This record gives sequence, structure tokens and C-alpha cells, in this order.
Amino acid sequence: MAGEAAAGGGLHTLGGGVLSLAETAGGMGLLFGRIARRAAALEFDGREFVKNLYKMGVKSVPIVIVTALFVGGIMVIQAAPVVERYGAHGLLGWGAGFGTLREIGPLLTALMLSGRVGANNTAELGTMVVTEQIDALRALAIDPIGYLIVPRFLAFVLTLFLAALYADALALVGAAYAGKGLLDVEPAVFLNGVTGLLTISDVAHGLVKCIIFGVIMALASCHFGLAVKGGAPGVGRAVNATVVASALGILVLDYFVSFVLA
Amino acid sequence: MSAPPSLREAARAAAAAGGGEAEAAPAGDSALGALGAAALDLLEGARGLYSVFVLTLYYSVRGRREKGAVALQMYEIGNRSLFFLCVVMAFLGMILVFQAGVQVQRVVPDLTLLGAQYVELLVRELAPSVGALMLATRVGAGIAAEIGSMVVTEQVDALRMCAADPVDFLIKPRFLASLVMTVVLIAFGTAVAYLSGMAVAYAYFGLLPHTFINPALLDAGDVVVGLAKCVAYGAAIPVVSGYCGLSTYGGSEGVGWATTRAVVNSSLAVIVLDFFISGAGYLAFPG
Repeated sequence: MAGEAAAGGGLHTLGGGVLSLAETAGGMGLLFGRIARRAAALEFDGREFVKNLYKMGVKSVPIVIVTALFVGGIMVIQAAPVVERYGAHGLLGWGAGFGTLREIGPLLTALMLSGRVGANNTAELGTMVVTEQIDALRALAIDPIGYLIVPRFLAFVLTLFLAALYADALALVGAAYAGKGLLDVEPAVFLNGVTGLLTISDVAHGLVKCIIFGVIMALASCHFGLAVKGGAPGVGRAVNATVVASALGILVLDYFVSFVLA
Repeated sequence: MSAPPSLREAARAAAAAGGGEAEAAPAGDSALGALGAAALDLLEGARGLYSVFVLTLYYSVRGRREKGAVALQMYEIGNRSLFFLCVVMAFLGMILVFQAGVQVQRVVPDLTLLGAQYVELLVRELAPSVGALMLATRVGAGIAAEIGSMVVTEQVDALRMCAADPVDFLIKPRFLASLVMTVVLIAFGTAVAYLSGMAVAYAYFGLLPHTFINPALLDAGDVVVGLAKCVAYGAAIPVVSGYCGLSTYGGSEGVGWATTRAVVNSSLAVIVLDFFISGAGYLAFPG
């Protein structure tokens, strides 16, 4: 055994990595199947759904607002040298707008919520697993997927979608006023640039992305939460795995969605 | 951490009690309580964070020198994040060039400046910031989970019993390692994103690498701003997550909470620092 590992150390690690990746992907796929079946049959707990909407959606409002306003400002600061170079002040709204609506808005909203909501959700589910509350549910003949997971999954997807809606709007407001402060572009001119060259399809593009990000993030956070092993350090490791998997999933899917929707 | 602030506890208890019954209809009283509790929490967090930061700087200069501690953390933070960061940055580069190309084609059908503009934006803003957000999740969560577990299993108390300051022992090596490794990782990630962007420009827009590689717009200011961001993020992530880890309380739930807060707060720190450094960079190096 030791000799074998020594002989193929690199190969061994690679194989182990591939196996654990396959395990994660398979686990998430199975979980998605179970969630979809119960969600389609409406076999989930409504009160738990509302409670999670409040916990995930309402409680994340401040952090989404702060992120969105700063992101709008950052977009304008980055566009500023280009605008100055070409003297294209009317195009500022277009440049900052398409970047925000199509890419950076959904991406950063998703990343922030991955930390705030996804990690939190994993911690909560993981604690339940460690303290055997999930087993207690099973012992009471309550389906843990329908009672705990489906409401969280649906609440997460809905939260991200709604957060992206107002984050887009706030990021544009932040960008408009950063443009006024930095480049002396009137907010009206900025708005003109946004509405003149961008269509509703740009907004829809970002929102579709958010739904897909929500699905992958919710799946990752529920999967890793349920798969916790080994006490408090296990919960910490699971949260770590969730945020890494969410970040990876978001960026990889972002590329494919951008390509398909373009 | 410090002496139990009874005012904060009372405010939090009031907010919890108010929040519990007021989920349906929040009354004015409990909303005020929640606001006050949040403000006090924020203030206390800022104070704790500041003291951890100052202590970390102090120990970085005058602390004990443990052989191999920094190198070990460099391996943990640097080598073990390399694969993750490379995959993420490769996809980021592909997305950016693809989206930018599609948009530019709508307005001007000329993509020859795409590469020049892309490398400027990449070095100045996107590679450091998105890379650091990824590191905030990967490294920040790791640090908080590790230190949080140590707090919960009373290993940090054991350190204090041995007259070893946990900031010196646990946070300082991570701080120094992160300072170096963030710069290295992001430099690496920038190269990966540039190459993947070049591949996409060639594959979808038929832009030859020869045209794409055009550093005409990249000046010293961009590199300075990019590096300043790397250093600032590299310093902020371990301090913020280390603080979140050290302020863990409760059992396994507490570790989960600490890790969550570490991810959120270090991401937020990256975005806020990004805003200010970008603004300062624009004023210092216009054009």
C-alpha cells in the first residue's frame, strides 16, 4: 500500500481528485433530482419557505445595497480613462451599463450572496447534521428534503433573482452619481446612454444568469451542508468547500451562459 | 475577546426578542433596537479589527520568529489555491473578451484595439479584484474555519495560557504569507486570463494573437495601481478572516458562522478597498 502510493504519488492524487469531483457532482445531481421531484409535486413546507425567504432575502439587503453602489462607482472609475481618451462622455452610460447589467452586477451579487447566504445555509445544515437533528427528522417520518432542503433551495434562487433586480438598479444609480462626481457627466446624459444603446435583453441576460447561479449555489450549499462529517471542524471545512464550489460554478457557468445567450 | 460588553448583549437580546415576534409586523421600537444593535456590532467589529491589524503589524516586526511557519502558510495559501485560481481566471478571461467583443461589434466593427484595452483593464482592475474575491472565499474561509475550530476546541485558550498571543502565533504567519502569495497568485492569474482571452479572441472574432498582444495602453500607472490592490487585498483578507475566526463563540454552529462572516467581510473589504484604490489611482494617474 505504502509502496504503491510512493510509486504513483502524483497519479494517486490526481485519481483521488477526480473521484472526489465525481462524487460531488454526482451527489449534487442526485440532490437536484430529489429537489425537483418534490418541488414539482409541491411537497414542501410553506412556512419554512417563508422563514428562509426572510432570513436569506431580507437580511441580505444591506450587504447587497453596499456592494451594488460600490460596484457602480468602480465601473465608472474604470471606464473613466477610456471615456476621457476618446472624449465619449455620452457613451459612459453604455459602457458602465452593459458591464454592470450583463456581467459584473450578476457576478458580484452572486458572489456576495454565496458568502452571506450559501455559506450560512451550509453552516446551518451542517450543524443540524452534526447534532443529529436530520436523523431526528427521519425518525419522526418527516422527509428532510421536503422539509428543509426544498424550501431553502427555492428561497435561495428567488432571493438571488430579486437581489439582482435591485442590485442592477442601485449599481446604475451609483454609476450615474460617480460619473457626475468624477467626469462631470450629468445623470440624465448617463441615463440616456443606458437606455439608448441597451435593450431589455441586456437586463434579461443578467437575470437569466442569476437564476442559473442561484441553482448551482443552492445545490452546492445544500449538498455540502448535508455531507458534513466530524464535528465543528467538519462544519468549517464544509463552508469552505461550499464557497469554493460556488465561486467555481458561477464563473464556469457564466462563460457558457454568456456564450449561449449572446 | 475583550470584556463582555453588556450594552451590546442587551441591545442584541432586545433586537432578537423584537425580531422574533415582529417577523410579521415590525414595530418601530424593535426596528430601533435592531438598528442600535447593528450599529454597536459594527463599531465593536471595527475596533476589534483595528486592534488585530495593529497587533499583526507589531508582531510582524517584533514578534517571535518560528521557523517554517510562514513557509507552511505560503504553501497552504499559495500552492493550494493555484489550481482553483487558474481555472477561475481562465474562465474570467474568456468571459470578458467574449462579452467585450460582442458589445464592441455592436457599436464599432473594429476589434483591433480590443487586446490593448483588455490588458489595461485586466492589470488595473479585473485581475486583482476578481482574483482577490476568489481568494477571499478560498483563503478567507479556510483561515476562519481553521482558527474558529481552534477557538471552539479551546486550543486558542491553551495558547493564551502559555503566554503566546494568538495574533502572533496564528494570524501573523498567515498575514505575511498572504501578503506575498496574493501578489504572486494574481500575477499568475493575470497571465492565465490574458492567454485565455487571447484564445477566445482568436476563436470567435478571428483576432490574431499578433494583433491582440498590444501593450500600447499599458503604462506604469496601471501596474502600480494593480500591485497596490494586490498588496492591500493580501493584507486585508487574513486580518479580516483571522479576526472573524478569533471571535468565534459556541460550538460547530459558531464555526460555521465565523466562516460565513469571514467570507462576507473579506469580500466586502475587497470591494470597498477596490473603490478607494481605483479612485486614488484615477486621480494619481489620469489617462
